[in-house]
Amino acid sequence: MSTVSVSHLNKIFNTGKANQVDALVDVSLSIEKGEFVSLIGPSGCGKSTLLRLIANLLEPTSGDIVVAGKSAKQSRLDQDYGMAFQQAGLFDWRTVAKNIELPLELKGWDKAQREARSREMLELVKLPEFVDHFPWQLSGGMQQRVAIARALAAHPPLLLMDEPFGALDEMTREHMQAELLSICAKTGTTVVFVTHSIPEAVYLSNRVVVMSPRPGRITKIVDVNLDDHRNETTRERPEFFATITAVREALRAGGGHTHTGAGVEDR
Amino acid sequence: MSARLRTVAPPVVFGVAFVAWWEAAVKIFDLKPYFLSAPSKIWDQFANNKSLIWEATRVSGTNALVGLIAGTILGIAMSFLLSRYKILGDIVTPLAIALNAIPIFVLVAVLNNMYSITSEIPRRLMVTLVVYFIVLVNVAKGLTQVSSTQIELMRSYAAPESAILRKVRVPNAVPYLFTALKISAPAAVITAFVSEYFGGSQNGLGSRITSNIANSKNAAAWAYVLGACLLGLAFYLVSIIVESAATPGGAKRTSGRSQ
Repeated sequence: MSTVSVSHLNKIFNTGKANQVDALVDVSLSIEKGEFVSLIGPSGCGKSTLLRLIANLLEPTSGDIVVAGKSAKQSRLDQDYGMAFQQAGLFDWRTVAKNIELPLELKGWDKAQREARSREMLELVKLPEFVDHFPWQLSGGMQQRVAIARALAAHPPLLLMDEPFGALDEMTREHMQAELLSICAKTGTTVVFVTHSIPEAVYLSNRVVVMSPRPGRITKIVDVNLDDHRNETTRERPEFFATITAVREALRAGGGHTHTGAGVEDR
Repeated sequence: MSARLRTVAPPVVFGVAFVAWWEAAVKIFDLKPYFLSAPSKIWDQFANNKSLIWEATRVSGTNALVGLIAGTILGIAMSFLLSRYKILGDIVTPLAIALNAIPIFVLVAVLNNMYSITSEIPRRLMVTLVVYFIVLVNVAKGLTQVSSTQIELMRSYAAPESAILRKVRVPNAVPYLFTALKISAPAAVITAFVSEYFGGSQNGLGSRITSNIANSKNAAAWAYVLGACLLGLAFYLVSIIVESAATPGGAKRTSGRSQ
């Protein structure tokens, strides 16, 4: 059974008004358990909208979304997914541990359980000594690791990420990508990952979903045939570059732009 | 310790030098007392009239404190209503800003007509009103200007609006409340003084300053000004102490936000 199943999805903003936007048109996508899938495309292609529809932060205009075998709404209510954004979105008035415990508080866990879990998650993201620090005492990369720990705190089967490393410098970014893969390998989490970066999408994913704008739609799905244990040498393999080229060509073929899609980075 | 000395020493040295220069200027240029009193004369007056100045400080200070507390409570209550009911906010906010732009303490003249001549109520109402608007505008901002990422996160946790209020909006508004208090504490003191210029009992610092000037007792007037300065400073210091005691990580949070 697939973890996420989207069929014939349409999302129109401002229906019937002068500023009507066809954000997504007839999008169908199935994501298997344990899979890592990236959504890539130029600005306005609807990749973040698709992510928010899966998360039930937006309602579709038409079409079906099934997450973890339930309706999107039910799986949101059951906290079947964790979410991380470009901004870490940590709460300044809470310590690192208390930030991670927030989703568990809302689930009604008791204090001892919450504390045990936040320690476990901090071990996972390799920040155990920062339990009682406040977010503003951490670097950007560390904050993002805390945000990932928080997203995974309730051990959800699905992780939804919206350009989580977009605000990080290149070195930190590559390091975080490797960290994320190792975390997902340990936890077996299914990931849907929105990004602007072609190499990032290829390095992380089993499949790269290429999208194009006006109207937002899926133009191609590129399979990434790299072995499961990826490391720094993966980035130098010919298959890695070949897949990057395949994604770039798919983006170009997506139309709407003469060169590579605007807003998609080659780094 | 030497770091603390380096922050404290320059303003202290400057302050002492300024008073010395003032004293010297009065002597050298033989400035008349009605023009400018020497700091030493002011200090003499301050020491001689200590109990009178203390009594006047107590009266003005009580007015300022009562108004500060009442205005803060009302401002917080109203900001919750405004953030909860958007329409109310759309109606009240422009009005609040407009009222804030005019020197509303002249209203005390009108308020004085409503109560008996010896009543402190008009002055306290005036302070309440000034503080109320400062607290209202700031706290309402803190309750509504929450990062959209944090709201989306809370919705992804299926958090009800009450939990978003408790766990995001209220804590987010706390630094805004302390900013409002730091502005309103001195404003409350100033309003309490100025309110005394519009009649009523001649018992506070503001009315003592005017009556001493009217009697050409300029050094005494300055002594009451000194009392007023100390009162304003005390209010400000208390607002800072309350802030650092109530905020995890102290005032850093307001300046060093993570995003």
